[in-house]
Amino acid sequence: MKEYGLFDLIGPQMIGPSSSHTAGAARIGYVASRMAGGCVKKAVVTLYGSFAETGKGHGTDKAVVAGLLGFAPDDDRLRIAPQLAKEWGRDIRVEFSDEEMKHPNTAGIVFENEDGRTIHMTGASIGGGNIEIQSINGMDVSFGCDYPTLLIFHQDRPGVISSVTGVLAEHEINIAFMKVFRNSRWQNACMVIETDGEVEDCLVEQIRSENQDIVEVCKL
Amino acid sequence: MRYSFIRSAQLCEICAKEGLSVSEVMLRREMERSERSRDDIMADLRSNLQVMQTSITKGLDPENLHHGVFTGGDAVKLNHFAASSNMGREMAEIVAAAIAVVEVNASMGKIVAAPTAGASGILPAVLLVCGRKRNFDEEMLCRGLLTAGAIGCLIASNASIAGASGGCQAETGSAAAMAAGALTELCGGTPEMVFHAAAMALKNVMGLVCDPVGGLVECPCVKRNAIGAANAVVSCDMALAGITSLIPFDEVVDAMKAVGNQMHPDLRETARGGLAATPTGKALAEKLHQ
Repeated sequence: MKEYGLFDLIGPQMIGPSSSHTAGAARIGYVASRMAGGCVKKAVVTLYGSFAETGKGHGTDKAVVAGLLGFAPDDDRLRIAPQLAKEWGRDIRVEFSDEEMKHPNTAGIVFENEDGRTIHMTGASIGGGNIEIQSINGMDVSFGCDYPTLLIFHQDRPGVISSVTGVLAEHEINIAFMKVFRNSRWQNACMVIETDGEVEDCLVEQIRSENQDIVEVCKL
Repeated sequence: MRYSFIRSAQLCEICAKEGLSVSEVMLRREMERSERSRDDIMADLRSNLQVMQTSITKGLDPENLHHGVFTGGDAVKLNHFAASSNMGREMAEIVAAAIAVVEVNASMGKIVAAPTAGASGILPAVLLVCGRKRNFDEEMLCRGLLTAGAIGCLIASNASIAGASGGCQAETGSAAAMAAGALTELCGGTPEMVFHAAAMALKNVMGLVCDPVGGLVECPCVKRNAIGAANAVVSCDMALAGITSLIPFDEVVDAMKAVGNQMHPDLRETARGGLAATPTGKALAEKLHQ
């Protein structure tokens, strides 16, 4: 049986009307903005299922754009996010699709990161503002960003994991949850590490330079 | 952990053994769980109270009506009518405040989910409007949120607070139970009375379906928040008067879970049954899609 905390029931503070269709949607966009180093210049968002059907009425489209601009789900600017995106010169488009997805509240986001590399991400809003990122660049993943999260892209080689966890251990950062994903042996892989404490920016850099098979480290 | 509980019977036992209120046990449980200080937790509760108060004030401002797609402006109407209402001025003001918060929510304004966004009007309306009349200070109002949180945790663990799994009973029913119990403690009720109030509030809406027109958190959600606030106040007063719930809270929650499971999926937030499936409901949904 799951035990709940006080603020699971009294909170979160959020812009309405729906924790799943508004707050959750904003959080999915926010994950993409973090993967792009905080600034998404160009993105195409596709809303599926119930997100597509009732998204306009719930402001799902505005919420995802707000997240892409780096706004939290309780940011008052959520309602005017598309307008701000335009003013700030961001090229963000939202489309609605009737294609069936695994989860009814799904958003797909194709965006460019800081280096102009295109990233494909899919996320679902699974209720109460909670989210699950389900795929990144065609790789099936599963994480919810409920804790401070490190997303690390790397090559599937022995020793990569220990070099990352070694840095965290050295700085006494406790790992709450950890998952490793790959498409096939020796190919592209990624690991998701959720920690109990915040990871400083300088550690992100240290982890990246620790092992030549680590391609990219994102703090979400 | 010393203050861990998963059933109201356990919680009441801790209260009796240590001579503590429900809110104090909940606070100590949260300190244990999160390893945060009392001051930190209280600061977050104060911040939530502030957002709750702002959402009421905004929603009752006649100069700036809040509209969703289908609804809006009703909080102000009822507030104007409060003095001549049959339910009495205070109750009318509580109900108007509940409508105010959900209207702000529907207009993409800021609210505190309590326990969800769709049921966010009930707890702030009951605590803050009654609190104003009875001069509850900020500390007491935070205690109210703690008691409400304890009740909500018990429901979430043993049943559900999501319309998609338990119908509206799980959303506005849970919110009413949380508010009823919180008000009961603040008015001097014992922990047992707190759970009689919460049990009665849940019983009053057992089986209520979630049937949002067009899938939006508006119709009938706004009015169910209104009735949820009234439900909370009535249940609280019954408990304070010494009326008890024949079925204990924990069993009511179990029944609520069973009823939620028996509910057809069309009646659980899918917008395929109930009011959403009426000719008018369907026509409104159709218009929304154009």
